[in-house]
Amino acid sequence: MSAGKPHRRKLGTGQRVLLAVPFLWLLLFFAAPFLFVAKISLSQAVAQRPPYEPVFAWSEGWNVFVEKLGQLSLSAYGLLFEDDLYLASYLGSLKLAALATLIGLCVAYPVALAMTRAPRSWRPALIVLAIAPFWTSFLIRVYAWIVILKDEGLLNHLLLSLRLIDQPLQIYATDWAVLIGIVYSYMPFLILPIYNAIDRQEPQLVEAARDLGASGLSAFWRVTFPLSLPGVFAGALLMFIPAVGEFVVPDLLGGSDTLMIGRTLWNEFFANRDWPTASAVAVIMLLVLLVPLLLYERNEMRISETRR
Amino acid sequence: MTGTLRKRDVAILLIGFAFLYVPIALVVIYSFNASKLVTVWGGWSTRWYGALLDNAQVLDAAWLSLKVAFLSGVFSTILGTMAAIVMSRYGRFRGRLVFSSLIYAPLVMPEVIMGLSLLLLFVALDMDRGFWTLLIAHTTFGLCFVTIVVNAKLAGFDRSLEEAARDLGASPIGAFFQVTLPIIAPSVIAGFLLAFTISLDDFVIASFTTGPGATTLPMRIYSQVRLGVTPEINAISTLMIGTVLALVLFGFALSRAFRGGGGAVGRA
Repeated sequence: MSAGKPHRRKLGTGQRVLLAVPFLWLLLFFAAPFLFVAKISLSQAVAQRPPYEPVFAWSEGWNVFVEKLGQLSLSAYGLLFEDDLYLASYLGSLKLAALATLIGLCVAYPVALAMTRAPRSWRPALIVLAIAPFWTSFLIRVYAWIVILKDEGLLNHLLLSLRLIDQPLQIYATDWAVLIGIVYSYMPFLILPIYNAIDRQEPQLVEAARDLGASGLSAFWRVTFPLSLPGVFAGALLMFIPAVGEFVVPDLLGGSDTLMIGRTLWNEFFANRDWPTASAVAVIMLLVLLVPLLLYERNEMRISETRR
Repeated sequence: MTGTLRKRDVAILLIGFAFLYVPIALVVIYSFNASKLVTVWGGWSTRWYGALLDNAQVLDAAWLSLKVAFLSGVFSTILGTMAAIVMSRYGRFRGRLVFSSLIYAPLVMPEVIMGLSLLLLFVALDMDRGFWTLLIAHTTFGLCFVTIVVNAKLAGFDRSLEEAARDLGASPIGAFFQVTLPIIAPSVIAGFLLAFTISLDDFVIASFTTGPGATTLPMRIYSQVRLGVTPEINAISTLMIGTVLALVLFGFALSRAFRGGGGAVGRA
């Protein structure tokens, strides 16, 4: 085979099977379900099983289908605009996720930078240490912060016994606890891409800057930092997108006034059993996240293309 | 930059890793606390582990979670490895962009959206919710993680080895199992372990996609956490951390064994 021509290849039968199996799986179980979310978001909540109507059945024939199509409505979306709860939840989510990402970057960057300065022999161990929390249950890591931050928790216990404070700090059940929880949970996602972005740089670049008279600090800000921005960007998206839809952290660490859209969706679905509203919330959340999602995908594909 | 590690860098590393590990360590330490009050130290004890063994609900949930994690791990690994071969070997085929979008999107998709959408699919298909729907849901996101891990390995893989095997008369499938798979085995194992642990951890998607009678361990833990912090939760958490740690070490040892074999192939 002549190599190197950038033409689209014809695939053999075996290759097609190899492609088709995971492709169809993801189409059926990841992509297609969004159509059902869109459809249910146009339905109305009713007290029956399933709790929405209209319900389409294949056996009913064309006329019934068309008739039921007429029953679809935008009422669930209307509710999202009428009730301030939803707007406040979207804004609360975006605010907390963005703040957590910023704080997370400020914590993760120095750690990643220090990792790249460690002796080569330490690096694999440091990388494992940075990823390992990701292998520990998310729920347990969030739970650990309840133990620490509660009014009668370990942090207050420690500070009170050291006489640094005389009233317990009220962090638990506030937005601060949610911020700490998100920053902590997503830390591995930030450290690794930043570490890779700094580690890939040629050390000669900084040396050249230093030879030309730059101080260590200015060499960092003018060479290392700008070159590490793709990693910062990748890590930030990897954290920000799922954090916007986060449910566990605001539910376990936040107060009743911590409004995040993942929690609102959860409550619509499980507490109110209002599937159409939950679906409408999901559709709008997807639209809000569309731009960061596309940026993230483009970024990942570019990285995997350059690696090949 | 090697060797320029200064005191400041050491301090940053220590603080950074303390931030990552102190919370987990506290949960583990306090699981051995004799006192019923979580924040008061009452001496070492394993009584909460004993109490767990009598808790049939937790044991049932743990068994279900392990079954789902193992099976979805296996399916994810098979499908994910297939997808990784497609990503790294097929070049620019029609639909590549859609294909890789489908691989990357689930990695960041908020869990509530994935859970809700899968549930609505299962309801529309009139599937009974429980073990099988959990398995499908976990396989779906697990396979994407496996694809990323295996694809990274395949991208740095010397294709001439496969071509040599083909020249010597091996079928494409034979070349894959005899040459490629032994070399990429460490990342396939890593992919399996990742899919396994993510399935074992999943709470949000499981809550949407499971049905009555199939409560997973994270769902059980969550409902207990909502009732308040108890030493028993610390004990379950410690056991989960221990299980994953043991698995990762086992996988690491297994990878090293394979790397020995794969290395020999690489040198030959």
